Amino acid sequence: MAAILTVLFNGVAYGFLLFVMSVGLSVSLGMMNFVNLAQASFSMLGGYIFVTALQGYGIPFMLCLPIVFFAVAIVSVVLERLIFRYFYKTDDLTQVLLTIGLVFMSIAMATYVWGGTYQRFDMPAWIIGQKDVFGLTLETYRIFLVGFGAVMAVTLIFGLERTNLGAMVRACVDNRRVATACGLNTELIFAFTFAIGGGLAGLGGALSANLLGLDPNFPLRYLVYILIVVSIGGMGTITGTLVASLALGIADVMGKYYVPQFGSFIIYLLTVIVMLWRPHGLMGRGA
Amino acid sequence: MSATEAASQAAAPHEAGRDYFASLARWKVWEILFWATLAGCYFFPDIDRMLMSRVIIWGLFAMSLDVLLGYRGIPSLGHAVFFGVGAYVAGFLGKFGWTEPISGLFFAMFVAGALGLVMGKLVQRVTGVGLLMVTLGLNLIVFDFVLRSTELTGGDDGLQGIVIAPVLNYFRFDIWGRTAFWYAFVVAFVLFVVTRMLLKSPFGLALIGARENPRRMLTLGAPVEGDVSRAFMIAAALAGAAGALLTQTTQTAAPTYLSFQRSADVLVILIIGGAGRLYGGFIGAIVFILLQDYVSALSPVYWYFWIGLLLVIIVSFFRKGLLPSVEQLYDRLRSRKSAGPPG
Repeated sequence: MAAILTVLFNGVAYGFLLFVMSVGLSVSLGMMNFVNLAQASFSMLGGYIFVTALQGYGIPFMLCLPIVFFAVAIVSVVLERLIFRYFYKTDDLTQVLLTIGLVFMSIAMATYVWGGTYQRFDMPAWIIGQKDVFGLTLETYRIFLVGFGAVMAVTLIFGLERTNLGAMVRACVDNRRVATACGLNTELIFAFTFAIGGGLAGLGGALSANLLGLDPNFPLRYLVYILIVVSIGGMGTITGTLVASLALGIADVMGKYYVPQFGSFIIYLLTVIVMLWRPHGLMGRGA
Repeated sequence: MSATEAASQAAAPHEAGRDYFASLARWKVWEILFWATLAGCYFFPDIDRMLMSRVIIWGLFAMSLDVLLGYRGIPSLGHAVFFGVGAYVAGFLGKFGWTEPISGLFFAMFVAGALGLVMGKLVQRVTGVGLLMVTLGLNLIVFDFVLRSTELTGGDDGLQGIVIAPVLNYFRFDIWGRTAFWYAFVVAFVLFVVTRMLLKSPFGLALIGARENPRRMLTLGAPVEGDVSRAFMIAAALAGAAGALLTQTTQTAAPTYLSFQRSADVLVILIIGGAGRLYGGFIGAIVFILLQDYVSALSPVYWYFWIGLLLVIIVSFFRKGLLPSVEQLYDRLRSRKSAGPPG
């Protein structure tokens, strides 16, 4: 019983990581119908900035996280203004090709700057090791991840439901043309949300560096997971993304723990079934 | 009003239609030049014939995706599945005693085509991002399966011990790629001619119609969904042929043949060349494979930087690919000439 709960807990921790990485893509898809595969590169960039700040400059762990968030947010909004905004009106395939081109370039650039091998770094002492919680022995870092992810999720959902800005964002997701007609500056709102989404992706990359390993192929390895989360959860819904990432995290960790011979087979199969059953995702609205 | 008169009146639109398709199917000078040049590459003194046969195979593979993407407008992120299935079927045949290449090629096409038909039936109602995800998911499933069933496929090491008999019992596959070149060339050319015929027929026109406006095609009574699975079948069989060609000319089959990377590569090739032109795949393959050979000899690690940059430039400035852009330029030059003062 304790073993099952521990595996479940690890799955939840992994699910929150996926949530933080993919929520930005979900919102940009829902709002502008923009398929941004470069989201995975933002995560990688976040990871590298984190490692450089932590290891290279000796900045404390808790200070590294906001640095990563703002750095990647700035990079993503610069890219949005320079490149992405010219592609909002093009079809899905053009967007996929543009952003996968950027992913390829980012991989080569990361190899150039940080080298092709896995990054080695030391996490602060207070976050490694294990703790006993309700009779379960859990890794401290995963406890931190679950807490952090939960706070993020609650903040985002409440921010979207309860604040003025959230209402504007929801208006843009629901119907951008009408929102524009009502006098909302949709371009500005989108640039802002894009920055937050990018920053969160970077944060996800930073938090996962320790757990998933960081090398230049990171974007290609986790791109598939991000896409699965977004398409299963449905575009533009934060709750859907949260549910999908938790489900995927649990399914993946449990599958690899109990039936390792199947590997990732189970989640791919589930994805295909869900997409055939509900092409707009579990919580997405049909077009 | 005699019966024959009525009959000829009824036949008149039919006649016109036949003329239309005949004019569509007529070979143009540049098409003949293209194939002649490709064949002529063989006689170039220092040419790497193995590399050229790889170009032809990738061209055929990209053309198979063109049937789906260019003509029917269906983007597939999992096209390498069919390539890989064709490659492994040809490999298994060679490993277990059926070494005759041409029948092996046909069998590989048949299996890949059958798989394509099933996949087409699965996805014929799905569109947009859902379609991208389903094709991607199916690709990952098959890749995972091949990688994991080590006893069957050799896993990461690929299929070992493939034997391929000489083509027509005479032309042996050698290390200089002489047979490989001609075998790949002839197969690609024959399949190209067949595909060209199919696409310049009412079937091809119906595909383009459904790409442009599926709802209107439905009201015209065209079997839009059925055409999707048929297009999938044709594209899959062609991709299977490309995979089988690669296995037979190199006597290897590896899991990378059906990796997602390969699906992305073939999409990139087609986009570089230009979709919906039949030749786009071949043009893209020439650019991509030769560039890959050149750049990765200089710095293998940074090859993907350049291909990514190429992709970004192409979608930004030549949104339709190289071939249509050249065509546009040619048309503009010609219209300027004809618009000029006479004489």
